[in-house]
Amino acid sequence: MKTVTLTVKQTPELYLECESITPDTFAGKKIDEIAQLPAYQGKEDTTLGEYFAIAGDAGATAAETQIILKGDCSKMKYIGIKMTAGEVIVNSSTDMYTGGWMKGGKIVVMGDVHSFCGLGMEGGEFIIEGNAGNYLGASYRGDWRGMQGGKIRVKGNVGSDICTFMNGGELIVEGNADVHIATHAEGGRIIIKGNVNRRVGGQMVKGEVIVFGKIGLMMPGYKYTKDVDLEVDGTKAKFAEYIGDLGERHPKKKGETVYGKIFLKK
Amino acid sequence: MPKVVTDVTCPFCGTLCDDLEVTVSDDNKKILSVRNACAIGAEKFNHTSLPGRVTRPRMRQPDGTFKEISYDEAIDWTANMLVKSKKTLMYGWASTSCQAMSVGHEIAEKVGGVVDNCATVCHGSSLIAIQDVGIPSCTLGEVKNRADRVIFWGCNPAHAHPRHMSRYSIFPRGFFTVKGHKGRKIYCVDCRYTDTARIADEFIQVQQGHDYELLNAFRTAARGEVLPATIGGVPKEKIYAIVEDLKTARFGVIFFGMGLTHTLGRNHNIDIAISFTRDMNDFTKFSIIAMRGHWNVTGSGQVLSWQYGFPYAVDLSRRNKARYQTGETTSVDLLVRNEVEACFNIATDPGAHFPIDAVVSMSKKPTVTVDPHINMSTEISDIHIPVAMVGVETGGCAYRMDNVPIETRKVVDAPDGMLTDVELLTKINARVDQLMGAK
Amino acid sequence: MSEYIIKNGHVFDPVQSIKGDKKDIAVKDGKIVETSALSSSAKQIDAKGMSVMAGAMEIHAHVAGPKVNLGRWYRPEDKLFDSHKTPGMTRIEGGKSIPTVFKTGYSYARMGYTFAMEAAMPPLYARHVHEEIHDTPIIDEAALPVFGNNWFMLEYLKNHEIENNAAYVAWILNQTKGYGIKIVNPGGTEAWAWGLNCLTVNDPVPYFEITPAEIIKGLIETNEYLGLPHSIHIHGNNLGNPGNYNVTLDTLKLVEGYKAKNNFGRKQVMHATHVQFHAYGGDNWGNFESKAKEIMDYVNKEKGITIDTGNVTLDETTTMTADGPFEHHLGGLNHLKWANVDVELETAAGVVPYIYSPDIKVCAIQWAIGLELALYAKDPMRCFITTDHPNAGPFTRYPRVIKWLMSKKARDERLNTFKNADKVIGATNLAEMDREITLYELAAMTRAGPAASLGLSKDYGGLKPGMNADIAIYNIDPDKMPSDPEEIEKAFSGVAYLFKDGKICVKDGTVVDNGNKRTFWVDVKVKENKQVAHDVKEKFLKYYSVNERNYPVPDSYAPHPYVIAVDATQ
Repeated sequence: MKTVTLTVKQTPELYLECESITPDTFAGKKIDEIAQLPAYQGKEDTTLGEYFAIAGDAGATAAETQIILKGDCSKMKYIGIKMTAGEVIVNSSTDMYTGGWMKGGKIVVMGDVHSFCGLGMEGGEFIIEGNAGNYLGASYRGDWRGMQGGKIRVKGNVGSDICTFMNGGELIVEGNADVHIATHAEGGRIIIKGNVNRRVGGQMVKGEVIVFGKIGLMMPGYKYTKDVDLEVDGTKAKFAEYIGDLGERHPKKKGETVYGKIFLKK
Repeated sequence: MPKVVTDVTCPFCGTLCDDLEVTVSDDNKKILSVRNACAIGAEKFNHTSLPGRVTRPRMRQPDGTFKEISYDEAIDWTANMLVKSKKTLMYGWASTSCQAMSVGHEIAEKVGGVVDNCATVCHGSSLIAIQDVGIPSCTLGEVKNRADRVIFWGCNPAHAHPRHMSRYSIFPRGFFTVKGHKGRKIYCVDCRYTDTARIADEFIQVQQGHDYELLNAFRTAARGEVLPATIGGVPKEKIYAIVEDLKTARFGVIFFGMGLTHTLGRNHNIDIAISFTRDMNDFTKFSIIAMRGHWNVTGSGQVLSWQYGFPYAVDLSRRNKARYQTGETTSVDLLVRNEVEACFNIATDPGAHFPIDAVVSMSKKPTVTVDPHINMSTEISDIHIPVAMVGVETGGCAYRMDNVPIETRKVVDAPDGMLTDVELLTKINARVDQLMGAK
Repeated sequence: MSEYIIKNGHVFDPVQSIKGDKKDIAVKDGKIVETSALSSSAKQIDAKGMSVMAGAMEIHAHVAGPKVNLGRWYRPEDKLFDSHKTPGMTRIEGGKSIPTVFKTGYSYARMGYTFAMEAAMPPLYARHVHEEIHDTPIIDEAALPVFGNNWFMLEYLKNHEIENNAAYVAWILNQTKGYGIKIVNPGGTEAWAWGLNCLTVNDPVPYFEITPAEIIKGLIETNEYLGLPHSIHIHGNNLGNPGNYNVTLDTLKLVEGYKAKNNFGRKQVMHATHVQFHAYGGDNWGNFESKAKEIMDYVNKEKGITIDTGNVTLDETTTMTADGPFEHHLGGLNHLKWANVDVELETAAGVVPYIYSPDIKVCAIQWAIGLELALYAKDPMRCFITTDHPNAGPFTRYPRVIKWLMSKKARDERLNTFKNADKVIGATNLAEMDREITLYELAAMTRAGPAASLGLSKDYGGLKPGMNADIAIYNIDPDKMPSDPEEIEKAFSGVAYLFKDGKICVKDGTVVDNGNKRTFWVDVKVKENKQVAHDVKEKFLKYYSVNERNYPVPDSYAPHPYVIAVDATQ
């Protein structure tokens, strides 16, 4: 794997739209070509070279390209969007849409991420060392096709509207979550090691949410069924199983109704 | 002889009553009286001739006072601001005509603006919910002619849409509803006992912030499933009873407002109310309608939608594409995050409606406010440009809360020399062209 | 004014029976003229190796109005990564299945279209339709107000009061600046206001106690009483359900005994729209099959009918129609977001996204049925190509539909690669059909035919001197037809030239001029009718939620009108 290092040399006045910063876009390009790649602030068309000092080499393909970002990227949007392979490592926090619509490869953010990150994720791995804002792993507005695959791990806390319309893939939150987790989900799996405020699995058709800590208020549409033993992310424990959302429609498989499930650690 | 102008459309709230009768002085300059309007609507017409009306643009001076300037100077300053700024918030639109909005959008597309309207602090949550789950709905005349169950959920028309109940939702005798309110059962769901609750047949008090859970319980009850003892302070027996009653309706309708849009979960609250409405259509006929606030916020949503495909928070800052993401391209977020460089307000008062952090952010940026009146926004702006009052001194198309388009009329002349929104925006557009052509 | 001479092109004009001959076309002052009428300063356009036709005419699409716009704003995902600006004199464009108004105008023009009919205008919302028509660049447009569930109509026709109904229709056309009589799911959409429907032509409408058959016949009589340029334009009952072809035949047969009466050259008394959705056999989705042959056997025989196809394009799209109950049903099938609006005294509308997947047997059969209808048509002047945009697919797929119609190779390739190909072939006739539509037939099906059906054949749909200079020139050479069908799709995707009213608006697929589009509407004069005036006054006072004086669409909404005057006072 070859590495391109971008070091922030000036902070944008507003926010910088960095959809060019992906292994797919960098692959096969020389450093001066990468410096000429577009970046945007509102109607100002600028280049990556204006905001970053760029060094190293890109690989021939996305899979062979690693991008390291140094300096404060907390006002950079769209980093890693739609990438299919390769690596992006950010040594600070990032702004919105980090890893949006990613299909493969790996992103590591050594800080917090803002909202709308991992939107519509299809594959790959996304690790957030700090906290995430709202709409992590959610679908784009209006789209009933949310996260399809891939894996997101957040070491800190997450906000609200997590994984709305989730269809597949997995999210692991090591900290706490706020409200509206897996709303409208039709598949996928969410593990929360800490506590959740409220509204888990609202209008969920199918899917699983596993909570190690407490849920502030269980939705009335969820019914306790039984206790189960599960091994979750390396931990074995007993969980109370709840099925629901009983106010929502559910598919049938071989004559049996398939519900969404919440597992609450006992 | 004073003359009476009939069939006048009231430019205040989303009820958009179009049966007002306004008596105007012979010289067409003064409104003498208004009939059929509610107190709020009448005041809108009556205060056109109050003393202290600003009739020319004003520019803030370094010492904080305002000095009168000409329209041309104001237009030039505004155009320069728009051309220079990388990303400009162009907010408001909810109290002007569709024709004016169209000109405004042309400007935004050229200068890289984000066009947003009052839905951003009002029924935007409802629009988001509709984008997620759709909406079974109808026009207000259908309610008048057919509805026998009416639910007011988290809204208080007695205060906010005063003639709604008499024109559409409770009292009128329609084609299939000849008994008027005696043939309707009225429910009111709210966290407090409002004046609307007073008129309802049954009031359900929900614990504030628990509407989503309560609606989840309604849906669960409709499917015949088990429920916990109480949800949001409402006992399950009551929920089962109400759902059974609603299933026997011939035509039910839910009206909702800020009780759902502005409490925990926001769009999710409306989303689940819509889902409940959709569920009820398996048993009978059910619709749901948002109680839109400003008289033409709906119109702004319509014009933005047919021109760009999104109903508010439309980011045109890249000038070659339209983007939309509520939470990112919405006004309050743009201001609080300092993601815009300049602000252009028109036909509403963000200074009064926005959270204080957003207002402070706006006050630190070059800001122009276009409004007939001095308001909280004008007082933090660099320039205040007054214009004729739309719906009173100039006409144009407006859209009611149920999206029905109704024309507003010119009833009196504007003060001498005042421009209309359309005229002002057209001149700003032309000046922008000159400045950008010269570049 | 500008003069042009289009030289050396292969002309396809059914109006003059020109079947690809090389002929020069002369343009002057917005009209087609004899070549001898041009001065020496006429600009030359070299159309060597190209095909020249009149501008195409879209007879049925949902492009302007409240349900179209609801479709737009409730589907932000339709524009995700799609909104863009193309080179040329353009505004920002966006929307894959429901384009914004700017994209609508430009996209039609780029494909050689110069006219579009908004298929369904709810009279109460007419102002909105006209606002959007006004903002749609280049193409002329008109809109059809819906009558099939209107309370006035239901009451008049129950008592067979044709003269009153006619006076009311004339009043609506005037108030809404409408073009003709549209009927959608007659009676069924009024039933839908109570959650019910009318699934055959004999199901009575709740309370009003009139049947769809009576509604349709009464509106045919009304239409011919008035002598309107277009016939009734009908979306029949029971759309979209297996086995519905019987209801379709019952609907079509209602024309028997009626004759067209008008001064516009129109010959049909019924235009049946998006017939693909109405040509289904079987009785469930499992034995779902094509009845296109049975339908076309009747249509070919009965000359009083024109149809349009409603071709499925196998895309993700958005369904939207005034057939409210159908949309509710569809939303229940695919569980996607369902929007509905019932409109007081008049109609309703529903919107549901839909994905026509080639992997789903039913979708593939629907695709085949649409093509079969066109391939069975004996008279291309009576069978027009549409996608019922956006219901069966976006109109931007016309070039692809044309490719399938003109190339058996392209059709077979699509047919044989379906996931359930053998089941699809077993349920349809398409595999055995060798016919390939010719360029001449295409000109009939997309220009001359729709113009005649709409009563516009005097000035539109052809290249005869005297007609309007709406001309499309395509990069397709009839002497060197491409062996690769993809080249056909490519050629129809971007015109070499589009002339609108004698002005070049599109060159090599790029918009170079926005033209001066017009709003077409029909102004009918009838004898004063006190009964109808009274009924209108009463219903506005008691049942409508707006005042009568605020109902009409002012002239300012159609600043460039093309008004067709009809005198029905005799």
